Amino acid sequence: MRLRKEEERYALKLISPSMIVVFGVIIVPIVTTFIYTLVNIDPLSAHKGEFAGLSFYIKALTSKVFWEDLGRTLHFTIASTAIETVLGMLIALLLNQKFPGVKFLRSIIIIPWALPTVVNGSLWKLMLNGEYGVINALLVRFHLISSYQSWLGNPKTAMWCIILADAWKMTPLAVIFFLAALQGIDNTIYEAAKVDGAGAFRRFQAITLPALKPTIMVIVVMRTVEKFKAFDIFYLMTRGGPANSTKTLMYDTYLQAFTNLNYSEAATYAYLIALVVALMTLIYVKLMNREEA
Amino acid sequence: MRKGLILALVSCAAMTMAVSSPAFAEDVTLNALFMKQAGYSEEDVTAMTQAFTESTGIQVNPTFVAYEELAPKILTSAASGGYDVILGDCIWPAQFAKAGLVLDVTDRVEALDLDDIYQGALDATRYEGKYYGMPWLNDVKYMFVNTKLLADAGIEEVPTTWDELIEDAKAVKDQGICEYPIAACYAQAECLICDYTCIAGAFGGAFVDENNEPTLNSEENVAALDFMASTLTDGLCNPKSLEMIEDDVLSTFAAGNAVFAINWTYQFASMNDESQSSVAGQGVITPIPGTDKAESATVNGGMPLMITAGCQHPDEAWDYMQFLASKEMQAEYCANALPIWKSLYTDEGVIEKAGAEVVAASQIQFDYIVNRPMVPYYNELSTSMQSEIQRVLLGELSAQEALDGLQETALSLAEG
Repeated sequence: MRLRKEEERYALKLISPSMIVVFGVIIVPIVTTFIYTLVNIDPLSAHKGEFAGLSFYIKALTSKVFWEDLGRTLHFTIASTAIETVLGMLIALLLNQKFPGVKFLRSIIIIPWALPTVVNGSLWKLMLNGEYGVINALLVRFHLISSYQSWLGNPKTAMWCIILADAWKMTPLAVIFFLAALQGIDNTIYEAAKVDGAGAFRRFQAITLPALKPTIMVIVVMRTVEKFKAFDIFYLMTRGGPANSTKTLMYDTYLQAFTNLNYSEAATYAYLIALVVALMTLIYVKLMNREEA
Repeated sequence: MRKGLILALVSCAAMTMAVSSPAFAEDVTLNALFMKQAGYSEEDVTAMTQAFTESTGIQVNPTFVAYEELAPKILTSAASGGYDVILGDCIWPAQFAKAGLVLDVTDRVEALDLDDIYQGALDATRYEGKYYGMPWLNDVKYMFVNTKLLADAGIEEVPTTWDELIEDAKAVKDQGICEYPIAACYAQAECLICDYTCIAGAFGGAFVDENNEPTLNSEENVAALDFMASTLTDGLCNPKSLEMIEDDVLSTFAAGNAVFAINWTYQFASMNDESQSSVAGQGVITPIPGTDKAESATVNGGMPLMITAGCQHPDEAWDYMQFLASKEMQAEYCANALPIWKSLYTDEGVIEKAGAEVVAASQIQFDYIVNRPMVPYYNELSTSMQSEIQRVLLGELSAQEALDGLQETALSLAEG
């Protein structure tokens, strides 16, 4: 009994540094930020220091701007995740075949993912430049457009350009996940299906897709949560423009905090984002559990 | 026991000495935050800083970031004194002062020879009659004109009114000399508001009145915004302007793809540098055109040096700021930024380094400076203005509708 208590005390001593770190960098900011959503701490506000209750939440949820931001965030999240998942799966299926140079292709596919986002954003911004961008040059050369276009200066194309840039960088991650899953599928199942007369599409539908389902789920969960919180790529490529067409919830949070000094509003936005992300994670976890069951 | 007592006494004495002894200059290290683009270059500031350390013994660690990084860095560090000296934009003193992020240096500034400092540079540091920084970067926007392309169209005179400029631009376009004669920085960024300030000013408009009350939807401001939009719909202004910031305008001009461009002083040196410009020697710097309402108008781009609220060495920080803004330093490094001191504009060395054309243009342009609203809520208003003005330029909204909405926003922000 005494020995056990001593062991417990020893264990407590061992984990205390990490507990302090967890408490300091996770719990304290979470609680402090929550307090900021309830108390007006905006340095420029006439109501600074006053208890605001849920008024910041009500203000955000009843504002048109918040819902417009949310719409654009969902547009980016859904489109980008869908492209990465589908494209990732197709590329993985290709790289799972045996042909000369496949090992080389598998190695270089990882390069975009290895690039820092800041490089990726700047790279695409340069390539998409309306005056001297290489994408304009290529499209004109192939007679797909007649003159250079302002892709990032047009509200109809700017968001899609960011989706493209993000998908280019992150699709390799999906490829790796899918490739690992594909290599785990027993080849004899395919051979048996072939003997039974199943065509390529039928084999994909009946064998590959069910085997990839857990991987699809993992990728969708991971990427949706990540994309909902995306900030850097927007900051680098468009800063929310043109005409707010790429202003997402996360970018607006940044603007509220670091441009407008509306710290309480920014904290409220951050909490609402965290809430949506938590909700999405919960749904996914439930779905995964159901799949496993 | 005795040994412990002696040790305690020695420790106490050491601590008392550490607290009470005056800090020698050699012991002081200042952290300063500067911007990487426009104005003084990184090399210039580093050289000035080295000269300061050599003459005073005070160490300074300068950090250089892009303009867009300045505000976030200041906001996250000012209270704790992460940076002692910061370079701020002229639109920030009101916000920073109200938020208690920077020190009031009115007494120190008023001890300077204020008559010898340009009003624009002083305005850039002032809020409600108090000074919150040392004037340093003295900049306004100018019109840059590619006179060779203009001459190719048979035009010898540089336009002095916006009507003349539009006529010239049409002539250049119609003759196939340049597809889009005007390049402007209309991206969703502060540069859009700077350009709008210049054009609205030329149309006799302003965003606030003398009491700082918003006047965004004034007739003149609407006319100016309509004018900006018309240059895009008429194909005279480059449609890619909607994604351009100042550096993009410069590169478009330097590539010979624009005849007219509004930009800060630094464009003059860059567009005449053969290593980065294909139009070196072809361009001139002139005052921004006017209308019958105003002969010209430009925007104040002054940037002061400020001391953060958390700074532990405000005296040394002030010494450093004064050194950087001294006549000697400003005369030495005037190639990229014009001095704040009026008396230096007759100095032959300054005229030679800065360029006689630049100095001549500045002497006219400085008389037509328009300040962006010096109110604490300006940044929030500017964010709204950027997106709404872009909507007008994209044809999604009329100028009147946009400015009526912005007037309401400004009034509600002013109420707090």
